[in-house]
Amino acid sequence: MAKIIELKSVSKTYEKGIKTKVLHDICLDFEEGSFSSIIGQSGSGKTTLLNIIGTLDKPSSGEIYIDGKRTDLMKKSELAFLRNKSIGFVFQFHYLLPQFTVLENVLLPYQINNKRTSKEAIERATELLNIVGLSDVINKNSGMISGGQQQRTAIARALMNNPKIILADEPTGNLDSESTENIYNILRDINEKFKTTFIIITHDRRIAEKADRIIEIKDGKIEMDLYK
Amino acid sequence: MGFSLKIAFRFLKSNIGQTILIAFGIAIGVSVQIFIGSLIQGLQKDLVEKTVGSSAHVTILPEKNTGGISDYSSKVSEVLKVDGVKYVSTSVDKNAFLKSTNDSYPILMRGLNLNKANEIYKLDSRIIEGNKPSNDNEILIGTDLQKELECKIGDIYQIVTPEGIKKDFVISGIFDFKVAALNKLWIIANSNAVQQLFNLDGKVTSIEIQVNDVFAADSIATVFEQSNNNLVVQNWKAQNAQLLSGLTGQSISSIMIQVFVMISVVLGIASVLAISVSQKSKQIGILKAMGINNTKASLVFLFQGIMLGILGATLGIAFGLGLAWSFTKFAVTADGLPVIALYIDMNFILLSGIVAVMASSIASIIPAINSSKLDPMEVIRNG
Repeated sequence: MAKIIELKSVSKTYEKGIKTKVLHDICLDFEEGSFSSIIGQSGSGKTTLLNIIGTLDKPSSGEIYIDGKRTDLMKKSELAFLRNKSIGFVFQFHYLLPQFTVLENVLLPYQINNKRTSKEAIERATELLNIVGLSDVINKNSGMISGGQQQRTAIARALMNNPKIILADEPTGNLDSESTENIYNILRDINEKFKTTFIIITHDRRIAEKADRIIEIKDGKIEMDLYK
Repeated sequence: MGFSLKIAFRFLKSNIGQTILIAFGIAIGVSVQIFIGSLIQGLQKDLVEKTVGSSAHVTILPEKNTGGISDYSSKVSEVLKVDGVKYVSTSVDKNAFLKSTNDSYPILMRGLNLNKANEIYKLDSRIIEGNKPSNDNEILIGTDLQKELECKIGDIYQIVTPEGIKKDFVISGIFDFKVAALNKLWIIANSNAVQQLFNLDGKVTSIEIQVNDVFAADSIATVFEQSNNNLVVQNWKAQNAQLLSGLTGQSISSIMIQVFVMISVVLGIASVLAISVSQKSKQIGILKAMGINNTKASLVFLFQGIMLGILGATLGIAFGLGLAWSFTKFAVTADGLPVIALYIDMNFILLSGIVAVMASSIASIIPAINSSKLDPMEVIRNG
């Protein structure tokens, strides 16, 4: 399988205040369609790693390739376009726009770079909401649904532009165990159905073990890289 | 563009209370601006109209010691050819005395071309009793002089020139120019009567002109001055310098008030939008993570400013016109006329609206820059 993400000797040092080196010479790659989890204690650098992969942060040194394109040298507007097309994010908090309905929130990534919302786009958004089990609340205001439903809306939103990569940072951190189980099942289903590459940060070993690959980060270094 | 506009609209709509509050702030600013502007403009027009509306704007006088202008009819037709000239009339003015049984009053005999002078002085509406002189023996006197003489229409009075020539005149009517000095001093007769009395056959002592644009009187006066260098040309602007500087002062203070009203509006919008950026930082952050670029992120706030400006300006124009209307309706004198006639200038109102929209857009620049600079990571990390 082709490598969709490649990190070559990526280091990250925060210059503000006390100099802190968060990542040391990380070399990692992810295959297209893989389902990986990153674990590690808080402060280990796992979120920084995910943000750098997701082009929200820049490395201090090293090279990053997404789908064969080097991203650490790209301009901000190019990165914005790349994120819109190729990467979907799911964070611990859903960050839905409360001004919009569930369906409108899912459509947002599509509308950023499309002047008109096509019928196909609405059909796709509806189908994604169907997959995450939200067909009943499609036209409800996104502030009026439960936490689990909001997080599932955020997943549907991340999938809207059919990105090759989904990056999730503690996507179930705020949810009860039943919802957590449900969401992981959804993510796995999507992984199989759309062949989307998943990288998920979690502190929950039980969850991590459901992934095909577990990467443990400790003090900014890869402590363990386990394929199942 | 469309995406930013949509988000901006939703942000404003979702925070409807805040939106209405800012729009009202802008609207009050705009309405005050329109009201004060219309009031001051109306006041000035009224003042200028009262000062020079019924008098000559430009006066051509003879050279000193010549006694009068003899070839005046050719001068009049020359004057009429000049652009901007509205009315031209001639007059024969001479000082004299009016004798009563036990006193004599200094007067100014004004021999007017009564038809032409009517256009300048609106004589018909100034005569409060009686009629215009219909022959060389009739005169009009002012209401103040009439009160002093305790006379009535049909009474006969003797007028004595400084040279000692005497002649009797019949009072045919009484005028009121609303200026006591004129009402006491002027005696109006037709030109012939005065020319005969003072032996000024074929001569007038002044050519009086009204122009279309009162403020162009000085430049029109200059045109005559250059072509007639033996005559003396006066214009009302030169003779009313104090009034004019008063008007300028008034205009400046009106503009000052308007500018400061706008500044306070700008500060209001800027501070509310700045707060709105931090309120909405999570949403801007996630939009950036989803791939909205910095330009679009800043446009969200710029559009909010423009939309607030348009909403506020529209409301403000409605309020301002309403305020102006109620002012002319309720602030009235005893006879039902407005205390001050407001001058509603649509161009000025439109300009106020445009200025408000521009000011709101400028006010949203800083919030827009902040939105553009916002780092999605900060938001997500602190979320």
